[in-house]
Amino acid sequence: MPQGRLRRNGPAAGSPPRHHAPRRSPVLRAFSLAGLLALLSACTGPQSTLTGAGSEAAQVETLFWVMLVGAVLIWVFTIGLSIYATRVHPERHSEKTGTRLILWGGVAFPVVVLTALLVYGLKLMPEFRAEANGPTIAVSGERFWFRVAYGVEGEPGVVKSLPPGGVESANEIWLPVGVRSAILLGSPDVVHSFWVPSIAGKMDMIPGRVNRLVIEPVKEGVYNGVCTEFCGDAHGQMGFRVVVVSPGDYEAYVAAQSQPAAVTSGPGFEAFMENGCDACHAVRGTEADGSVGPDLTHLGSRLTIAAGILDNTPENLVRFISATEHVKQGVEMPAYGMVPNEEIAAIAAWLEQLK
Amino acid sequence: MFGSSRQTADNLWTLIAPPTIWAFHFVICYVVAAVRCAPNTGPFEAILATRWFILAFTLVCLLAIALIFRRSVVEWRGHGSGTVNDEDNPTARERFLEFSTILLAGLSFLAVVFTALPAAFITDCR
Repeated sequence: MPQGRLRRNGPAAGSPPRHHAPRRSPVLRAFSLAGLLALLSACTGPQSTLTGAGSEAAQVETLFWVMLVGAVLIWVFTIGLSIYATRVHPERHSEKTGTRLILWGGVAFPVVVLTALLVYGLKLMPEFRAEANGPTIAVSGERFWFRVAYGVEGEPGVVKSLPPGGVESANEIWLPVGVRSAILLGSPDVVHSFWVPSIAGKMDMIPGRVNRLVIEPVKEGVYNGVCTEFCGDAHGQMGFRVVVVSPGDYEAYVAAQSQPAAVTSGPGFEAFMENGCDACHAVRGTEADGSVGPDLTHLGSRLTIAAGILDNTPENLVRFISATEHVKQGVEMPAYGMVPNEEIAAIAAWLEQLK
Repeated sequence: MFGSSRQTADNLWTLIAPPTIWAFHFVICYVVAAVRCAPNTGPFEAILATRWFILAFTLVCLLAIALIFRRSVVEWRGHGSGTVNDEDNPTARERFLEFSTILLAGLSFLAVVFTALPAAFITDCR
């Protein structure tokens, strides 16, 4: 059948000429390159597991590299094998060779590798949840921020809420370095998840249940924490900072946070009370005792505002108070654009004084 | 009917018996451990009874899978133990089912061991 052969092997007369393999467009290339760079840029920084700032993250990092190298070797072997079977030695192989390859490469090898990985992983897991020897800190996932209370007393459990008390703060967790701190995790309404990629995690924050995460930072520094369970509109803007300091500095910080507000009078404070901010926010040492939103007693000492999304500056504070939705879509706090600018500026100036 | 008179006929049910045991083993182990740890109190309390139960139940399941494996191997050998199935007759179909059962039993045996391994290393609910 010469015609059939012709058709199979080359373009028949009259048929459209065959195109070369399509070239990749420069735009696509640029996108791939940008994607690769974006991926690589995620390998360092305050939100990377590969920073090794916690004992658990360090173990995860080791596991990651072992698995990556292993996966690359297996990939190279598999691709090599398929090149060998299709290009180098495309003739028929004996059934015995095939069966042997399947038995060793497809059964024995994966069984040994998977068993080793499983046993290794299972041995690691209880170590991550070992007993704490540091402070117990309660962290509640709110919509869409983190309520923090230092020095609480409580245990994990179900049909219960986070233990009350402790020194309250928000969106910033200070931890002593080299110490295993217990973090009790809960939520009043929807499920959130707590993760500090550089140090440890992650663990869900579930309403009606108190979970326990043990976290051991090994490097001082400031790291990012994030909510990793979709919880609503502003889920993507629900973050916090973790500040790892020496145990002495940690004690000093908590002692300072337990103090009432430094400034409890003035035009800023008056504007704060007149506009009803105290319905939601507490400022210890004043009549403001709302508990819906973050405790603002020491707002001025925090690194960020609006749950880790803006640097803590008076300008950002004014921006946030006047147009909350513009800064953080889905935020529960209403915008106070109707309040005169000078009053908002006074409130911001006062809050910044609360170190 | 097929080859030796001592052989029994294979069908879909004999084929899926090992993975079914694997599935039941997984569900029972999962539920027992989940119920034991659901109260989420006393994360450091030893859960010895749960681990012993999982061990015993695992051994029962492994024994059942091993028996199915043995039966399939014996019958498959009785039918010429071929792995190429390009014939269209009852013996070839029987041989195919038997060989498939052997493979599935092997996989299920391993899976049951993997499912039970956490009980060997994890001593409490944490």
